[in-house]
Amino acid sequence: MSTPYQIVVCGSIVPDPLQTLEPAAGPAGPALKNEMMLPAVLDPWAWHALFEAAHLAKGAPGSKVWLVSIAPKAKLQQVMMIVAQKAPFELVAVDGPSSGFTEAAEAAAILADAIKAIPGLDMKKLLVFGGWESASRGAGATMQIVGERLGVTDQFQGVDKLTVAGDGSMEILERIEGGKHQVSKCAGPPAVFGWATGNLPEPPNNPQTGMMNMRTIMPSLQRAKPAKLGAEGVKFVSVTQPSQRRDTQIVKDTPPDEVAKQIVAWITGG
Amino acid sequence: METILVLAHTETDGSLAKPALEALGAAKSLGGTLIIGLVGENVQAAAHRIAGCGAAKFLAVSGADFTQARYATDAAAAEAIAKTAGASIIVAPATSRWNRVLSGVAHRLGGRADTHVTAISAAAGAISINRWYYRQRMEAVIQRAQRPWVIALDPGCCEAWQGDAGTATVENVAVALAEAQKRTTVTGVKAPAADQQTIRPDAPLLLVAGAGWTKKQADGQTHVPEAEKLILGFLKLTQASLGGSKSLVDLGGEGQAVLSFMTHLHQIGQTGSTPRHQKGLSTCCHGEEPHTVGWRFVNERRAISLDPNCGWARGKADVLYVADAFAVMAKVNEQLAAKKSA
Ligand SMILES: Cc1cc2nc3c(=O)[nH]c(=O)nc-3n(C[C@H](O)[C@H](O)[C@H](O)COP(=O)(O)OP(=O)(O)OC[C@H]3O[C@@H](n4cnc5c(N)ncnc54)[C@H](O)[C@@H]3O)c2cc1C
Repeated sequence: MSTPYQIVVCGSIVPDPLQTLEPAAGPAGPALKNEMMLPAVLDPWAWHALFEAAHLAKGAPGSKVWLVSIAPKAKLQQVMMIVAQKAPFELVAVDGPSSGFTEAAEAAAILADAIKAIPGLDMKKLLVFGGWESASRGAGATMQIVGERLGVTDQFQGVDKLTVAGDGSMEILERIEGGKHQVSKCAGPPAVFGWATGNLPEPPNNPQTGMMNMRTIMPSLQRAKPAKLGAEGVKFVSVTQPSQRRDTQIVKDTPPDEVAKQIVAWITGG
Repeated sequence: METILVLAHTETDGSLAKPALEALGAAKSLGGTLIIGLVGENVQAAAHRIAGCGAAKFLAVSGADFTQARYATDAAAAEAIAKTAGASIIVAPATSRWNRVLSGVAHRLGGRADTHVTAISAAAGAISINRWYYRQRMEAVIQRAQRPWVIALDPGCCEAWQGDAGTATVENVAVALAEAQKRTTVTGVKAPAADQQTIRPDAPLLLVAGAGWTKKQADGQTHVPEAEKLILGFLKLTQASLGGSKSLVDLGGEGQAVLSFMTHLHQIGQTGSTPRHQKGLSTCCHGEEPHTVGWRFVNERRAISLDPNCGWARGKADVLYVADAFAVMAKVNEQLAAKKSA
């Protein structure tokens, strides 16, 4: 018999990675140029976490998935139009910045409070999912602190695989150095998982799931309370964009043998 | 003046890995009182190894329970050492083991952590760190009011400490573990067989394979077995590390023809890794922004693509060869082999 889980996925939104980003000075510290105009997506590693959550929930009848997100409400609503079609979940929205220049510790405090406020939350069933790093702050800090605030000290980062055994214990594969995975066994919930890419392909759009999700998404967005999220105690001395452009030399119409010679000379030339 | 704790864990053989020595090197450059904190099954050899570093104290949490890289016990060990040291700055190597726990530990200490730090400096009494935001798209220099300040330094960013081994007296810090802290057991490491290990973080050269290797070529056919042979042949001759584009590593999940040795661990970029290598050669990859952000720390870059308008042509590579990678890599391997046997 499989145990039902309460799976809470933490994930915010980030600018579409295809966009060019530039720093700009905002009223409360650094920001992105035209931040509110940039098209956004669900933070990619949290996106994977959501698929894994849905997959796990499907295999354990009675399970439920929540997505807890701190983001500017209007933008979150846009992103939800896409995300909602991918997997069944209930949204818990908090209205706040999704900027990478805010503090992980402050975001974690807000997320932990939002999780604690979920009606019927049962620590014996709780799995907290998220991306192992965000595409904005890229710190890998938020999930750990959420776990600490919830008193969960079975934590895993860079998770690529979670397998539940017949006795309810979980086997976890975490990325470590040199293209390897550390294998661990955890007795069961509660636990925190910061997901890397996992193994699941992006699920196809399911308009029915989308419609079902929208029933909770819209009220959640309407209810979303504004949260104070900044970077207290941090002084940004500078934020700069490196000069990325190289003066590319383009070599065309050259026989493979000659191209190879140049490459070999470059590789072996110390 | 800050009290600086260098927090390191030992490897399974009891040694200190290079990232730990780099953290020590960086910490030494800050001045201040230095304390060393070590976690591992047996830390005495590691302490002797760095005995000459000028530390005021060597603290340690050791024993069989601390062999494993496990959140609950590592966090407890790091917390106990930090509290005993009373340090205001904690510098640690950003290994996978420490990355898993340091932010949680900073929270327990009432401080803050900064991770993926690429440089630390001290000037006019203030410590500054460098770190990147938005997946290596912009770099910030920051200072912090909160203490303790945990700084996790990315490997390969600072000079490793070099100095004399000697005799270090280690003070043990007691950590009483509850059963609840052992609900997780590390059972092992899953790795490809040594001769199939194609991710080599310390290699000077990175070879990136893109989805083009699996696409139909000029003759209307795919040539996946040949692609595999060329790539593996090159890796064998150069001992380069192998990376891939997302499109290539995703193919497996989509049931298409794949290069059998490619996994998600090879992926470079936005949702992949950002390795450090002196040189990088991209093959059959388009060089789109979400891919090339992973090349931030690859110094010299060359690419082979059939498309003269690919991303590499637009300032992402030093040299773009507009050529057929199948033909070029066959010749490269031939020439490298000839060079070897010469
Ligand atoms: C949220 C998000 C996250 C992403 N994260 C990542 C990431 O982490 N890493 C990543 O790589 N991408 C990432 N991407 C995808 C990225 O935008 C590109 O789609 C991807 O990098 C394309 O891979 P490719 O260049 O290998 O494939 P393609 O775009 O298919 O390009 C193949 C190239 O091969 C060339 N080619 C074909 N045959 C030959 C030949 N015989 N010789 C030479 N050249 C040949 C073609 O001309 C072409 O330029 C992400 C996208 C999104 C939306």
